[in-house]
Amino acid sequence: MISDIAKKEISGIVSHFPPEQKRSALLPVLHLVQKENGGHLTEDLMTEVAGILEITPLQVYEVVTFYTMFNQKPVGKYQIQVCRTLSCALLGAGKLVAYLENKLGIELGETTPDGLFSLGEAECLASCGTAPMMQINETYYENLNQKKVDDIIDQLRKKAGK
Amino acid sequence: MSELILFKNMSTPGFTPEISSYLKTGGYKTLEKALKEMTPDQIIDTVKKSGLRGRGGAGFPAGTKWSFIPKDPSLIKYLCINADEGEPGTFKDRQLMEKDPHQLLEGIAIASYAIGAHTAYIYVRGELAYSMKVLEKAIEEAKEKGYIGKNICKSGFDLEVYVHPGAGAYICGEETALIESLEGKRGKPRFKPPFPANYGLYGKPTVVNNVETLSNIPQIIKNGGEWFAGFGVGKSTGTRLFSLSGHVKKPGNYEVVLGETFRHLIYDLGGGILNDKKLKAIVPGGASAPYFTEEHLDVKLDFEAVAAAGSMLGSGAVTVIDEETCMVWTTLNFMHFYAHESCGKCTPCREGAPWLYKIVHRIEHGEGKMEDLDLLTQLCGNIAGKTVCAFGEAEVAPILGGLKYFRHEFEYHIREKKCPVKHSPRLETIGIP
Repeated sequence: MISDIAKKEISGIVSHFPPEQKRSALLPVLHLVQKENGGHLTEDLMTEVAGILEITPLQVYEVVTFYTMFNQKPVGKYQIQVCRTLSCALLGAGKLVAYLENKLGIELGETTPDGLFSLGEAECLASCGTAPMMQINETYYENLNQKKVDDIIDQLRKKAGK
Repeated sequence: MSELILFKNMSTPGFTPEISSYLKTGGYKTLEKALKEMTPDQIIDTVKKSGLRGRGGAGFPAGTKWSFIPKDPSLIKYLCINADEGEPGTFKDRQLMEKDPHQLLEGIAIASYAIGAHTAYIYVRGELAYSMKVLEKAIEEAKEKGYIGKNICKSGFDLEVYVHPGAGAYICGEETALIESLEGKRGKPRFKPPFPANYGLYGKPTVVNNVETLSNIPQIIKNGGEWFAGFGVGKSTGTRLFSLSGHVKKPGNYEVVLGETFRHLIYDLGGGILNDKKLKAIVPGGASAPYFTEEHLDVKLDFEAVAAAGSMLGSGAVTVIDEETCMVWTTLNFMHFYAHESCGKCTPCREGAPWLYKIVHRIEHGEGKMEDLDLLTQLCGNIAGKTVCAFGEAEVAPILGGLKYFRHEFEYHIREKKCPVKHSPRLETIGIP
């Protein structure tokens, strides 16, 4: 269920567009609903969004499946995305992925058993001058090396009390 | 450097993204002058005279684009700002948004007045949460001071500006895909014509401009079109931001007067190749621009010169590749990108991109055949120019450039059944995206 607070925020987003163009709010609304649900979207939530924006569930579903930032399966509390495109790859993105896999005991596309971290890769994140880099939820971590990665992961574990 | 335009404010000590800081530089005075002393046509004329060309990749003259918008005041018009920065190697718009958001907003307000738009949407890559936060705050500040909103500077001109997030799709940087996405749909490019100037957002006349393009506007209006046209060479006027990355000592964004050389950018500004190795290749304008080699170092950073040398200046992303890198591997990296990002609308691209990826993948892993090289060339010929948008041309660029200058490396992989370079085991072993 979408909370009342989120619904209020949704009305704000919808007001950015002409009254007959509520559908335009779909991407920001899905971001909002996904965040509130801990990082992924369910069929029920998509149907609810469709109702609010007065479009069909299919119109929501086809958008969710097109854009990489929408998840239909649960993800970790911290979603790690390593940039894999050339500038980062030239400066060790592959090693970074291997290091994270080893450190977290999971492979790309998996989530740690405690639900804390999921590990994925992303195409160019517009941070090529500070390669290699990764994004964890909404934060960019740049110019990475093993020591920095260790510190970041330790800090997030501490923050989560694990 | 006295010629700095875009980075002028942010390279001043003590400058911050806050409006107070921007106002101290004389910020928003140009908007006021434009609204009170200039007609929309005079503004368009000034931008035409400046020779400013779109900084997103295509290089279309900005003033001309604006002039295509119908003058009929009864029509609703829109300005969309393309901040969907995603061309591999490009990170300049992020810096403009995060370090000097008001310069962009002032450009947006002037452009909106020029084309008669009362609503502007800044379509920002979904991943750039921090850029959006800075922009949202800047819009709030500008509204408080009366530079955005109703009756701007008591001129009677109204403008609302909204930040709109994308959600991770490279193709939304294509202007008609961006419009589709903004309408809440899959970001699939539209067939052109009709062009957005006649049939854009909600079918209304629309201009889509890149962040860097619009960030130039305040200075152009303040100093005049001739002033801007005084920088650069030929049809490439002004300065441009180049995003320098890869095997280079000092990566970063550099503002360079158009007409300087790649050598100046990579060696003088970028400090040369990392660990003093030799240069092998340059990606001169983002992944969609075919490779250059050492022999192109003295090619000028100018749209026409780069095109004449067989590539394109594109988004201004210059990625440097050293002598120890395998060019089949770099090509594979790019093909993964294209196979992942094809929107699926046109068959040649949707089927072609994963196919190209598979072939390069097997060559890189020592399982290719000599016939594969002809197959690659043939496939590229069946993709480029046979799709609705320029993605088709873009996805064949790494292959054609790779085969043109590094065919011997492809042949080596096939003959020796291996890659001569030991790569990290991750990333390149991932299956078809």
